[in-house]
Amino acid sequence: MYKNFLRYLISAIFLLGFSVNSNADFKVGFVYVGPTGDHGWTFQHHEGRNAVEAAGIKTTFVESVPEGADAERVIRQLAQSGHDLIFTTSFGYMDPTNKVAKDFPNVKFEHATGYKREHSNVSTYSARFYEGRTLLGHIAGKMTKTNTIGYIASFPIPEVIRGINAMTLAAQKVNPNIKTKIVWVFTWYDPGKEAEAAQALIDQGADIIMQHTDSTAPVQTAEKAGVWSFGQASDMQRFAPKSILTSIIDDWAPYYVERAIAARDGTWNQQDTWHGLKEGMVAMGPYNSAMGADLVKEVEQLQKDLASGKVHSFTGPIYDQKGNILVAEGKVADDGMLAGMSVYVKGVEGDIPK
Amino acid sequence: MSLDISFIGILIGSIMASSVPLILAASGELITERSGVLNLGVEGMMIIGAISGFALMVLTDNLFIAIVGSMLSGVIISLIFGFLTQSLLTNHVATGLALTIFGIGLSAMLGKNFVGIPGKEFPILFSSLRESIPLFGPILFGHSIVLYFAFALPFLTNYFLKKTKLGLVVRAVGDSPVSASNQGINVILVRYCCILYGGAMCGLAGAYLSLIYTPQWIENMTAGRGWIALALVVFATWSPIKVLIGALIFGGITILQLHMQAIGFRIPVQFLSALPYLMTIIVLVVISRDSRKIKLNTPTSLGRIFYKEK
Repeated sequence: MYKNFLRYLISAIFLLGFSVNSNADFKVGFVYVGPTGDHGWTFQHHEGRNAVEAAGIKTTFVESVPEGADAERVIRQLAQSGHDLIFTTSFGYMDPTNKVAKDFPNVKFEHATGYKREHSNVSTYSARFYEGRTLLGHIAGKMTKTNTIGYIASFPIPEVIRGINAMTLAAQKVNPNIKTKIVWVFTWYDPGKEAEAAQALIDQGADIIMQHTDSTAPVQTAEKAGVWSFGQASDMQRFAPKSILTSIIDDWAPYYVERAIAARDGTWNQQDTWHGLKEGMVAMGPYNSAMGADLVKEVEQLQKDLASGKVHSFTGPIYDQKGNILVAEGKVADDGMLAGMSVYVKGVEGDIPK
Repeated sequence: MSLDISFIGILIGSIMASSVPLILAASGELITERSGVLNLGVEGMMIIGAISGFALMVLTDNLFIAIVGSMLSGVIISLIFGFLTQSLLTNHVATGLALTIFGIGLSAMLGKNFVGIPGKEFPILFSSLRESIPLFGPILFGHSIVLYFAFALPFLTNYFLKKTKLGLVVRAVGDSPVSASNQGINVILVRYCCILYGGAMCGLAGAYLSLIYTPQWIENMTAGRGWIALALVVFATWSPIKVLIGALIFGGITILQLHMQAIGFRIPVQFLSALPYLMTIIVLVVISRDSRKIKLNTPTSLGRIFYKEK
């Protein structure tokens, strides 16, 4: 009896010793909302993971995890199976991430595009995609002939609404007659439906197609119909070489490597990161020569000014759809307002789904 | 906003194009189910068809081989299902679900090297007539051959089930495999054939997506259409013509609601998004009220394992 007890005790101590001294098998987990081959959002996160792996850190990933009950199960499993740092890379993982973080205080969590950091082991990070949208808006305003910009939107969350607003404001600045038509598809990834939405917008007179969804179907539909489009999250140029004017590219790799090394070396702290063109977390794809040299030069200058902070995407006066002032003249929107943005600016058609 | 005659024609044409994968997959599954086999692997067979078709197109540069190959790949993968459920007598539901999961995983693996390759233009028929006739041009002409086949298929299926001896055999096997077996029908063989046929149609439905509708390979590109096809078969009470109607309503309202958003109708978007599902169910329930007919069409032994004592 005692002998057995002693044996258990010794093995328990051994196991405990191993689990504490786990620096050698430090592991990072990634949870993706789409497949790694989407050539958009998840593809870019996966590139970031590859960079972490290249830095000599072991990683695991789970792809196509639906936002909801499944997400919590997957995150919990990663935490249980000895991952020390877990990146959850979609907005809808916000609550599951915080819930699991509560039960695993020794595991570090990084949630993309969210705003909840309920526990000290949860950090959030996002990119200022809206800076890219400002550039797209400028280009769209100059390139459209029908003055109608078609926008395929996924879910009515601040990140998406911010993109619509930034684009519209920039387009209005160069072309006051611009109209933004929005179609909500309520999915991040459904090539068929995204293509249908693009077609519907083209049929309704849009000659510029912009998307906040993850597949390459909309740009291909635009290519076929002979209208302009923009790549989303990743350089989609080769899918629609004639149609794509430029792409917004998310570059997560430097951030992922930095955070993974910090977590391994014990210097990881909770933080809220929001990087943009300046830090390179948002980058632009090559500009289509069809834009003309003058416009390319103009946009490159704007890109520099956005990066240096000389120009801000949300500079007052900005009005909402009813004409109420949102940002006063001469002021710029602060990060709090940007993070919680839930109204359209003047000039956007339709209502935000509630 | 433009709602002129030519636009309506184009709109109906694109509705037809979007319902093709549903019609093909549901018609195939309908035959499988009429023989008494419930194959929940539609999504998995479709996605395998999508990757095989696309991969063969890239490798051989021949669309005919790609289309035939996608159907063959559907046959091969449904053969696994057939072997498990008919020869090893496993549970239909569990095996079908496994087939879907397997198909999605396998297609992602096979497709790794085919991501990001642009597709090829698929030839369309009568493209000159499409432009010259105002309303009916875009509706009747300028489609791929697969679309014409898909629209003929429900009628052929209907004829097959109701008017041919072989159709009677399939129905007999689905209703009462024991009596059919006593009549000297090889129940297992019939069911095998129906499963393989269903696999071929699902493979073709997948290839339609990756070769014609959105010509490219992306992981998980069927995005749940297999499940909708499965639901269509049930809500259409196993009638091929009603499958066609259901698929058109579903495809139609999906596209119409996107247009309504683009036009700027002030209807809550969530309601619009739910509309395809709601309307399809409502219409199919309304047109299938005759309970006598439902009984006639429902395969009584659906999903039950048949075991012949020797």
